[in-house]
Formats: sequence, structure tokens, C-alpha cells
Amino acid sequence: MTAHQLIFAYLAIAITGLSVMVITRRNPVHAVLWMLVLFVHIAILYLFLNAEFLAAIQIIIYAGAILVLFLFVIMLLDVKDVEMERRFLGLWPAGVVITAILTLLSVIVLREIDVFPPLGQFSIERIRSEGNIMTIGRVLYTRHLLPFEIASLILLVAIIGAVVLAKKRKGVE
Amino acid sequence: MEILWTFIKVFIIVNIVMLHVAYAVYFERKVIGHMQARLGPMHVGPHGLLQPIADGIKLFFKEDIIPSNADRPIFYIAPVIGVVAALGSVAVIPFWRGFSIADINIGILYILALSSIGTYNVILAGWASNSKYSFLGSLRSSAQVISYEIAMGLSLVGVIMLAGSANLSDIVEAQSGGPFIVSQFIGFFVFLMAAIAETNRAPFDLPEAETELVAGYFTEYSGIRWGLFFMGEYTGMFVMSALASICFLGGWHGPDFWIFSHVPGIVWFILKVYAFIFFYFWIRATLPRYRYDQLMSLGWKLFIPLALVNIFITGVIKLL
Repeated sequence: MTAHQLIFAYLAIAITGLSVMVITRRNPVHAVLWMLVLFVHIAILYLFLNAEFLAAIQIIIYAGAILVLFLFVIMLLDVKDVEMERRFLGLWPAGVVITAILTLLSVIVLREIDVFPPLGQFSIERIRSEGNIMTIGRVLYTRHLLPFEIASLILLVAIIGAVVLAKKRKGVE
Repeated sequence: MEILWTFIKVFIIVNIVMLHVAYAVYFERKVIGHMQARLGPMHVGPHGLLQPIADGIKLFFKEDIIPSNADRPIFYIAPVIGVVAALGSVAVIPFWRGFSIADINIGILYILALSSIGTYNVILAGWASNSKYSFLGSLRSSAQVISYEIAMGLSLVGVIMLAGSANLSDIVEAQSGGPFIVSQFIGFFVFLMAAIAETNRAPFDLPEAETELVAGYFTEYSGIRWGLFFMGEYTGMFVMSALASICFLGGWHGPDFWIFSHVPGIVWFILKVYAFIFFYFWIRATLPRYRYDQLMSLGWKLFIPLALVNIFITGVIKLL
């Protein structure tokens, strides 16, 4: 095995193992912390694929902001009483069925995927010379402008929704 | 051979930074002492110069007390995360032309990423201590850090736009004509304030507000674990000061006339970094602590809009 394969093997095993750790923890704060380790491993995987920008964003957005929000919510709500409640425990057969269907689907889809597709115009050398951020920015604002704007519109709707929900209504008291 | 050289560089820089951290504490006590018409530490060594060494030895030999219901693994790890994240950020800082441990393209993003990881030490320490004061400190910190991280990231976007790169060496090179503080003064202001909040320093040190929370998130810590929080905080201050002088004051560039053009770049860089560190101490001695809701409204209603306006103006100027 080459060094690359060794690193990839470690990352694959670690990411799977860490995901299992996340969903088996009783204490929700511990689960979030395992998820933090998991996100850092995913960032290393991105780095390993020469996607340094994605790796940094993965850490800043997911590990730095979203997980802190998770922790914030978990700490404010006392989740301990909720975890033993029956309606959260009785759903596991449905979970098993959905997981089985999803696994089957992904097996079918993955068999269709060509592992070594024809190379596009963005070769490793070109991305390295232009820099990750510039390449992503250029593609995002030219070729994928419409999906990008749609995504930002959806996020805007979410922000407005949060404000509407959180705002106190003056007339209704 | 190259990897050996990197190890030597890492060893030297980590030692210099740790020594700097020890003496920054001394420096802070002296500066604040003189600002308040006191002398500061005077007894150990001439003018108290050996005080940091004595403090370090004392901290190493103190008893390591752990609260009875603390979450032990997290309690152990929390202070380490802060130090590791802060020291890790030093790796990308260019001290002078061509000298940094790692010259990577996403330098700014790397420092932002590590500083967002570094905030976990406050949050986790507060939670794992199983004490209400620590817990309140950690809740405050998690909200404060998320808010000010946005402002900090946005304030640096203007710099990235002007330099056309997120590589710290390229940013310094782009300022050979003049520092970015001239055109990016709004960004500079927002960054300076956000950096203070990010490193939990006064007047934004609500997570450890001693008048209301005893010592906030590290109330239950003792000995060298407590010392690790200070190492993390002061290293963080050093990194933020270095980032400010790289992004806004032109890093290793100095004035280019008369005898000034013969001064080596590292001198300029260190002068600028220490000016910022002095500013941190100065502001701590001058301003009272903010109230929590004032801090949040300042972050969301002033700094983030200001940073967005700055990005817009920079974009317009860049287009014209």
C-alpha cells in the first residue's frame, strides 16, 4: 500500500467509526463533540483531495459555527428528560427500513458511476496555479450563477422565517 | 532534509512564542500597573523581570484539582484545545519575506478556522466543570464567539479583495505601495474590535467576568491547566495582532526612505505586533466591561453591517 492509500484507509475507517460514535452516545454533548472530531476528519479528507478551500470552509462553517449552535441549543434545553421518552424510541423499525432502502439505492447508483471519468478543463495543475478560491469563485459566478442565486434565495427565506417566528407580535397580547 | 528544517523552524518559533507569552503577562501587569499609577510586579528579579518564570514554576507544581462531578475527559482536553489551536495558527504567519512555517494559499481562512476551533476550549471548559458560574461563562462565550466570528471574517474580505489572494505573504506583498489601513479603515476597525471579542479580552471578556461569574469558564481549574488557558489566550492575542499587522499595516514592510529602508523587515513586523498587543492592554486598563446585551447588539447591529458596507465599497472601488 502506498502512503496515499494508507491515509485514505485511515480516514475512511475513522470517519465511519466516528459516525457510529456520534449516534451511539447517550450524552448529547458528547455526541456533538464526536461530531466535531468527525468534521475535522472530513476536512482532512478534503485537504487530501487538494480541495483546501472546502477544507477550511468545512471547519469554519460546520465545526466553528453550526456545531457551536448545536451545543448552545443542547445546553439551553435539558435534553436528558427527552432521550428516554417512548415516542423517540418506538420508531426504530421505520429507521431500519429507510436505511435499507437508502443503502440499496446508493449501491445501485454507485455501480453506475465511472470512477475515472474523462478529465474536465479543471486539471489539478490549473487549480493549483489559479488557486482554489479563485477557481471556485469564477465557476460559481459564471457557469453556476443561477443555482447559486437560488440557494441564496432559499437561505434568505429561512432567515426571514426565523425573524418572523422570533419577533414578538405587538398587537396580540 | 526539508522536513528537518521545518521541524527546526517549528521548534524555534514555538519556543519564541511561548517565551513571548510568559513575558506578555509580565508586560501586561507592568503596563496596566503604570497606567493605574502602580508599579506592577517588582520583587522577583530586577523590576520583577523574573516574575513570569516564578509564576510558571509555581503553576507547574500546584495541585491539579478536579471538581467531583466534572466530565473528566472533556475537563482534561478543554484547555489543551485552546493552546493547540492558537499555536497552530502561528504556522502560517510570515515573519519576514519568505519566512513562515507553511506558506499556504488559504492562510486567512486557516487562521479563521483554527480560531473557531479554539473557542471550543471556553465552551467545553465551562460545560465540563459542572459549576453554574463556569456554565454561564460558556454559554456567553458560545453566543459571543459565533457573532463576532462573522464580523471578523467579513472585515477581512475587503483585504482579500484588494490583494486578490488569501495567502498572507501575497497580502503583505500587495501592500508594498502602502498599507491597506488607508483604504480599509472600516474593515480595520471592525477587525480590531472583533479580534478583542474573539480572544475574550476586556472589554469583551464576559465569559470570565469576575465581578459576576467569579472567574467564568475557568473557575474550577487550577495549576497548570489554568495556566494553559492563559497560554491559549495570549498566543491568540499574538496571532490576532500579527494578523492585524499583516492584513492592514503591511507586515514586514516599513517606511522606505532614509535609514528606515535598511531596517530588517522582522523589526517592523515585531514593532507592529507589539503596538497591537499594547493596544490590547491599554484598552483593558481604560474601558469598563460591556453588558451582555450591549455586546450582542454591538456585534450584530453595528459591526456586521459596517463590514458588509465595507465589502460593498471595496467592490465598487475595485470595479472602477
